[in-house]
Amino acid sequence: MTGRRAFLRLLLCFALLFLALTSGSAFSQSGGELRFCLRSEPKTFDPLLVDDDSSLSIRYLTGGVLVRTNRHTQELEPELAESWRVSNDGKQITFKLRRGITFSDGSPFSSEDVAFTMQRLMDPALHSSTGDAFRSGSGAVSAKIIAPDQISITFPAPLAGLERLFDQVAVMSAHSPKKEAAVLGPFMVAEYKAGSTVLLRRNPTYWKKDSQGRRLPYLDSIRLDIQPNRDVEMLRFKRGELDLINSIDSDYFDRLAATSPLLAHDAGASLDSDFLWFNQVASAPIPEYKRVWFRSTNFRRAISEAINREDLSRVVFNGHAQPAVGPVSPANKFWFNSRLKAEPYRPDAALQRLQADGFHLQNGALFDKGGNAVEFSIVTNAGSKPRERMAVMVQEDLGKLGIKVNVVTLDFPSLIERISQKFNYEAAMLGFRNVDLDPNGQMNIWLSSAENHAWNPQQKSPETAWEDEIDRLMRAQASTADTKKRKQSFDRVQEIAAEQTPFIYLVNQNALSAVSSAVEGANPGILSPQTFWNAERLTLNASTRASR
Amino acid sequence: MNLARKLACVVVLAVCAVSLAANWLAPAGYAKQFREAPSAPPSHRHLLGTDEVGRDRFARVLYGTRISLLLAPAAALVSTVLAALVGGLAGYLGGIWLRLARGFTDLFLSLPWLFLLITVRALLPLNVSPLVSVLITFLILGLLGWAASARVLSTSADALRNSDFVLQARASGLHGPRLFLVHVLPNLKPVLYAQFWISIPVFILSEANLGILGLGVAEPLPSWGSLLRELEGLISFREEPWRLVPLLLLIVVLTSFQLLLSNEEVTA
Repeated sequence: MTGRRAFLRLLLCFALLFLALTSGSAFSQSGGELRFCLRSEPKTFDPLLVDDDSSLSIRYLTGGVLVRTNRHTQELEPELAESWRVSNDGKQITFKLRRGITFSDGSPFSSEDVAFTMQRLMDPALHSSTGDAFRSGSGAVSAKIIAPDQISITFPAPLAGLERLFDQVAVMSAHSPKKEAAVLGPFMVAEYKAGSTVLLRRNPTYWKKDSQGRRLPYLDSIRLDIQPNRDVEMLRFKRGELDLINSIDSDYFDRLAATSPLLAHDAGASLDSDFLWFNQVASAPIPEYKRVWFRSTNFRRAISEAINREDLSRVVFNGHAQPAVGPVSPANKFWFNSRLKAEPYRPDAALQRLQADGFHLQNGALFDKGGNAVEFSIVTNAGSKPRERMAVMVQEDLGKLGIKVNVVTLDFPSLIERISQKFNYEAAMLGFRNVDLDPNGQMNIWLSSAENHAWNPQQKSPETAWEDEIDRLMRAQASTADTKKRKQSFDRVQEIAAEQTPFIYLVNQNALSAVSSAVEGANPGILSPQTFWNAERLTLNASTRASR
Repeated sequence: MNLARKLACVVVLAVCAVSLAANWLAPAGYAKQFREAPSAPPSHRHLLGTDEVGRDRFARVLYGTRISLLLAPAAALVSTVLAALVGGLAGYLGGIWLRLARGFTDLFLSLPWLFLLITVRALLPLNVSPLVSVLITFLILGLLGWAASARVLSTSADALRNSDFVLQARASGLHGPRLFLVHVLPNLKPVLYAQFWISIPVFILSEANLGILGLGVAEPLPSWGSLLRELEGLISFREEPWRLVPLLLLIVVLTSFQLLLSNEEVTA
């Protein structure tokens, strides 16, 4: 009997040893609570109504999607859908779903849930901004359930880049009484204290496994503290109370890099851009001679050439930004037109260009052919230090050409009212936070009839030949599923944007983030969410796990 | 004059003198950008280092001090005159005028100041030079900052109206503006002085608040408000302590202004 017991003990020891050896590092690293901050209160937990950064983060961590854009490679990868196929006319997409998956409450996942999600998403009464991206034309979107694991969704008009749009659609359960609390993502909302924290716990039914067959995610939970103050966020990170900061500005980045270089991550140029534009609206309450300047391609090109973008990148962003080329950042690997280069700093060429348009220097000041001194104001939003600094540098650069620039900072609502309703401004400097790789995300900027066609919005018909050409190209790229043709069209749009400079692109800021040494497996990228895009595979080191 | 007042007087005069000599002391000017040396530490070339876009911080402190110290008293003068007109006259006239003036000042005081300033600032024309913008900013401060002083003055004038010597003057046949100018106004002087001196730091701080929000004096002109904005994001005092100079200067000058008030004015 004693011998048998000893044998069994030995067998148990071998079994444990075997388990430890085969399960590898993932086993030893699993568990623990990751902590970082949301900068505002999440406005909703309904994944189809998400419209703010905090809710977006929660949706990313909790929502299960059919396909996912890999934030590192920018390639589309299968998630809940094993495969998909887009019809030749670009109007229909058919998904083959994975089987045997359940929501966090145990209810099974099937094509019925996808149909329910699409039906709810496209309901006009829901006012979903995620749903707006799918509205391709008049008519209803129909979802046809072919089998429990197969569904086909048809749109009234072709939708370019259709499959990528599903990266934003978290599938909801058609039958679960828990509604949006039943999720298919790696985490689920366990606790929410308004104004304080959102606690996410591991979804025990999450379908994904790692290469060693271990169920993901590794982490037990994620604690999201609601903290709008960035100084406090940085202090807490330095004290080890937080593990990640998803995006930090260049000042904080450099301070952190000076003391803890391994924690500061610069992933290179992001998709975000800052730019300047002139008011070209015919009815704007500005002097006629100024409108003539602003509508002159030569004037806009000259201003663009007179701005030292290298200095902006180096001085304002401490080198953590790149001179911008155009509407697409070089970070957008596929859609960026690589034939284009950032406008070099050429004040002499700028002056020549202005002189060709009848401008002349007199006692160091520039005058137009009508004898009007060249002076205009640049409005920008108060509180954005980098933008205010850029405006001051542009002011000095243009001062060298004899142009007097008045920098005006306004509170954001006043600024928006001036640039989008009253058109009572001369030039404006703002930024574009681009989260969409696809050019369709810029339709509302480039179409001359669009509200966000900032320099001259809501035109009944294009007022210039080049805007007409952009309209045609943008519509052409949006109406075909042929990626090559779309790329050709959008490349041409970028070329026109460079030739005509309706927007004077200044810089693309780098994606800067901070990741504690306690976090293992982090690989910060340029696409949102920069630091936790692979949250299901993140782990905490043993000492941090023990201390929490 | 006690020692503290003398010292405060010397400090204010010295700061004013140094700021007026900015052209000689800091010939680089407040706007020149030394882009090869942004956020540089103090050196013989830049005594207080440079700001984020490479402008000489010493020059900016001197010019900013000049602007804040010249224009804040001007704004205080505007607001004190308005307060004297509204509060002093209402207190002197009494009755319905006093009730109306108090109601109006109470209403004015209940307005959210900062939002009012931001709104008025947003309504102004955009294409104004930095110098005009600074004048406008302080003029707005002066025009909007009279209510608290008016309330104090109306109470003092009301007390004077019922005082024995005013009654005697009235009995002697003195009426109207002459009575106000000869007997009431001179007796309001300590209160007016006190309100004037108290308003100066209030306006300096108001401009600083606007500057911190990015809504103060237009670039590239410096002011204490815009200089204080540099302290945003300063996590440790040990890091770049020279950036604290504008703050220290503000504290010293504001303290000096308080010390300049006589006991009588403080009581008033």
